[in-house]
Amino acid sequence: MAARHYLLAVNAIDSPPPRDGLPLLPAPFTGWFAEKGWQPRAHQLDLLARVSAGEDMLLIAPTGAGKTLAGFLPSLVSLTHRGRKKPGTAFTGIHTLYISPLKALAVDIERNLMKPVSEMGLPITIEGRTGDTPQGKRQRQKLNPPDILLTTPEQLALLIANGEGERFFKDLRYVVLDELHSLVTSKRGHLLSLGLARLRTLAPEMRAIGLSATVADPMELQRWLVPQGADEVRHAGLITVAGGAKPVITILGTEERVPWSGHSARYAMADVYAAIKEHRTTLLFVNTRSQAELLFQELWTINDDNLPIALHHGSLDVGQRRKVEAAMSENKLRAVVATSTLDLGIDWGDVDLVIHVGAPKGASRLAQRIGRSNHRMDEPSRAILVPANRFEVMECQAALDANYIGAQDTPPIGAGALDVLAQHVLGSACAAPFATEALYAEVTSALPYADLALDTFRQVIEFVATGGYALKTYERYARIRQTADGLWRVSNPQVAQQYRLNVGTIVESPMLNVRMVKRNARGAVGRGGMSLGKVEEYFTEMLSPGDTFLFSGKVLRFEGIRENECLVTQGFKLDPKVPAYAGGKFPLSTYLAAQVRDMLADPERRSHLPEQVRDWLSLQHAVSQLPRADELLIETFPRGQRHYMVAYAFEGRLAHQTLGMLLTRRLERMGLKPLGFVATDYALAIWALEDMGWAFQIRQPSLAALFDEDMLGDDLEAWLDESFLLKRTFRNCAVIAGLIDQRHPGQEKTGRQVTVSADLIYDVLRSHEPNHILMQATRNDAATGLLDIGRLGDMLARIKGHITHRALERISPLAVPIMLEIGREPVAGEAQDAVLAEAAEDLIEEALGVIPD
Amino acid sequence: MTIDRVALARRAETELAGALVETEVAGIRALLDPMGGMILPSLDMLVVSDLHLEKGSAFARRGMMLPPYDTLATLTLLSRLIVRHDPKIVVSLGDTFHDRVGAALMPVAFREMIAAMARGREWVWIAGNHDPDGVFGLPGISADSLCHGGLTFRHEPSAGPQAGEIAGHLHPAAIVTRREKSVRRACFATDGARLLMPAFGVTTGGLDLNHRAMTGLFNRPSLIAHLLGRDRIYSVRYGNLKS
Repeated sequence: MAARHYLLAVNAIDSPPPRDGLPLLPAPFTGWFAEKGWQPRAHQLDLLARVSAGEDMLLIAPTGAGKTLAGFLPSLVSLTHRGRKKPGTAFTGIHTLYISPLKALAVDIERNLMKPVSEMGLPITIEGRTGDTPQGKRQRQKLNPPDILLTTPEQLALLIANGEGERFFKDLRYVVLDELHSLVTSKRGHLLSLGLARLRTLAPEMRAIGLSATVADPMELQRWLVPQGADEVRHAGLITVAGGAKPVITILGTEERVPWSGHSARYAMADVYAAIKEHRTTLLFVNTRSQAELLFQELWTINDDNLPIALHHGSLDVGQRRKVEAAMSENKLRAVVATSTLDLGIDWGDVDLVIHVGAPKGASRLAQRIGRSNHRMDEPSRAILVPANRFEVMECQAALDANYIGAQDTPPIGAGALDVLAQHVLGSACAAPFATEALYAEVTSALPYADLALDTFRQVIEFVATGGYALKTYERYARIRQTADGLWRVSNPQVAQQYRLNVGTIVESPMLNVRMVKRNARGAVGRGGMSLGKVEEYFTEMLSPGDTFLFSGKVLRFEGIRENECLVTQGFKLDPKVPAYAGGKFPLSTYLAAQVRDMLADPERRSHLPEQVRDWLSLQHAVSQLPRADELLIETFPRGQRHYMVAYAFEGRLAHQTLGMLLTRRLERMGLKPLGFVATDYALAIWALEDMGWAFQIRQPSLAALFDEDMLGDDLEAWLDESFLLKRTFRNCAVIAGLIDQRHPGQEKTGRQVTVSADLIYDVLRSHEPNHILMQATRNDAATGLLDIGRLGDMLARIKGHITHRALERISPLAVPIMLEIGREPVAGEAQDAVLAEAAEDLIEEALGVIPD
Repeated sequence: MTIDRVALARRAETELAGALVETEVAGIRALLDPMGGMILPSLDMLVVSDLHLEKGSAFARRGMMLPPYDTLATLTLLSRLIVRHDPKIVVSLGDTFHDRVGAALMPVAFREMIAAMARGREWVWIAGNHDPDGVFGLPGISADSLCHGGLTFRHEPSAGPQAGEIAGHLHPAAIVTRREKSVRRACFATDGARLLMPAFGVTTGGLDLNHRAMTGLFNRPSLIAHLLGRDRIYSVRYGNLKS
């Protein structure tokens, strides 16, 4: 195991000798390298030299290139020169801060970094700090900080909001940001960029070192790492290491029939199990937690050899997760079923196969996951993709091509979210009194906030103080106040306490602890028992006592809710309800979408697809046509009493949903009586009472008019005004901005009584202050996230003049998958009253003596 | 979840009011208004429940700066109801204020709105669990319960069947399911013997009729949920909520 250690995977095969003029490694390092028969790689020494010379740096390297050691080398060398702290010396803050996107990664690095440090006998203390770190240890860390602290973005936010943050970080020399490409995206990245700006204020000598996998646009990351000025573009230095051995990836070959739709991949279980048996250790990845539960159960149903197969996902109890991770690193497991909690560069044990179940959605996610197996640059990784339905077969093929050509798509960093800024402003006030202008200068030095207007910043401060409403009635309850010296201060200590409970940008729906209990002889439910993890509250509210569901790999019988716990007993059924977790469904990435479109259009690429998929597409070709690369294919056909229209846009579920909302409004206006729509990653289907195909043929409306870009103007505005979609987005913004409290374990008992519905707040704001800062934040979020308007706009521009209409007499083969999705979407908006009216009709019929069926 | 009552309050300033639905409680004729109030013509009385005034301020006092517009919106709806029906007696069935200090700290402008509505009428404030001490500095009388015209008005429904009881407290709501689609709305709930009022305040949530707190209150076979729609009431028999 020691020789396979990936941090130290530094065998000399591809390393040219070090350049002249590089700082010499201190004796313990050279001795240790010599002892192991290794020598440092060129990029590791290069990075050491440039960072030591005072540059902020970005290192881009494939997995297994000794990236992490490279990132820590400047710290280790600097600390070795410094020597061990003598007892009785003045308080010294931390020297190096390491930030990773995952708790598990921080734990893993601690394990892997301690090993060379102790082997070399370096005078360095290293400790981790995550949400799971016990309170006592955290306190101790504040009084007596380690030299190197390994932590997550949320913990950083807490540390700098603490009154002692200044003291804690004053000696900070280096910040190592691991997996930078995944740290910078989304609101979490925004929060971290603000934290980094604060660290630069506290420790101006600090240098940032970013470590990243291959990305499409390194310059964006280089700029993210350094403070941005008003009129100059500044960026960190860049070192790029070329890729290692190409991974060997295949799509699961199967004799079974690949289903039309669905996401379970049940059909492939026997083949997957066979692959597990043929390998030493297999990692199985899925896209959602419920898929993980299902896959785990399916595998155990056919696990005739009793292979040690484990489950790992974010909802499981932390103790359970640690157990699995430990067993994994000791090579005691044959397979682990996991979701994104095990994602990114974590390396445990001798994984020799990665199986990805379901479509990989984003090509970069796939590359990331494949990197898991065989963490050595010179040996190819092995991976098998298991598509769950026929469209996913094409997507897998596209992802496979993408991995070979090394294309990576990273979500853009985006403009800094205002709700995150509000959280940071409150945190800043908790740390120390601040002046508006000084904090504004610090905030706008962070790349995501570089373009923030001072006026908007003032609005955010007002929001933090009193809610920022036009009607000023809360002045006397203000959370922060500007005192005579112009500085903003927190009003009372409870404010800081409230901030600490709500820090972070990941908003979970309320969770209940799942506890296994026993029934006693009289049938009463006992107390105590093992904690299995957490489920969303809304899920348990759907259950009645006696219902069974799948959790933690077990079929459980729901017994009831007691305080903040969901009590369960062993279930003895085989057909449980599966937990329906929110989120976790990634939309198809722009890059993969283009690849799938291209594949459909290109007979040569199609010929690489499995036979049953080829047959399906040939059939489509015969009765209709396959969409060409830069064209939008629209099919219309009647079915039952309704008329259907399917648009094969390949822009991902979110963009399709938005398109569906806007198109149905237009069709309604044109008198075609649309009844509903359903969106998948690949297509959009709309059904109506009137014959849409005929209407398009007589150009009333023409398809060009229907799909005109102007739908993103007034139609979008009008829809957003009455949409229910925005409410969900608003809830997240309100929690992150600190308007309503995130609920926490242990608080539920009282929490239930003081919560207020975010929906209601949204209604009030929409009607009284539609331009409130949180409404702005919500609309920005929706436009980029939930609605994917940018992508929809690009598509509408692209297909202009390239719309092909096929009026068919019946459903086409390509339409079958989406038609199977119909009937699963909930109703929203105006149609609600129609449902009520129908129900009321029943009562009238009853009154008239009609017997209901 | 529930209908957007804030928007309703806005519309109520200009638009025509929705149609009333007629029902009976303990043999007494009652008219249900889709704005969320009940008229008892024989008593010339308007009943509303669970106004939860000053809820926003109650949260602001604890550091949560909720929008300060809830009181105004609720009072706007109420004044619209009063203008429409011009009742001789108004009964507010408890939880008029979200907490004990709400009545004392309410801004003068809102106080004056209530005074204007109360002019020329009798007003009864029933105490609720949120405002057990009654109200301060407002016209009308405070009481724990009221018996009048064969009916009993109280905040919390008493256990078991109670003919002629009008209560609030539980914020009843019902889910209607048709063709796999579901809609949830606040509702009046009555089995002909007793009636539960929907919460009137614009920032109040709802509790499902299936919730265990509703157990034993109604004779389920004759229970009807009168759901508050956009501009009308939808009356659905309990057994027909699910298709």
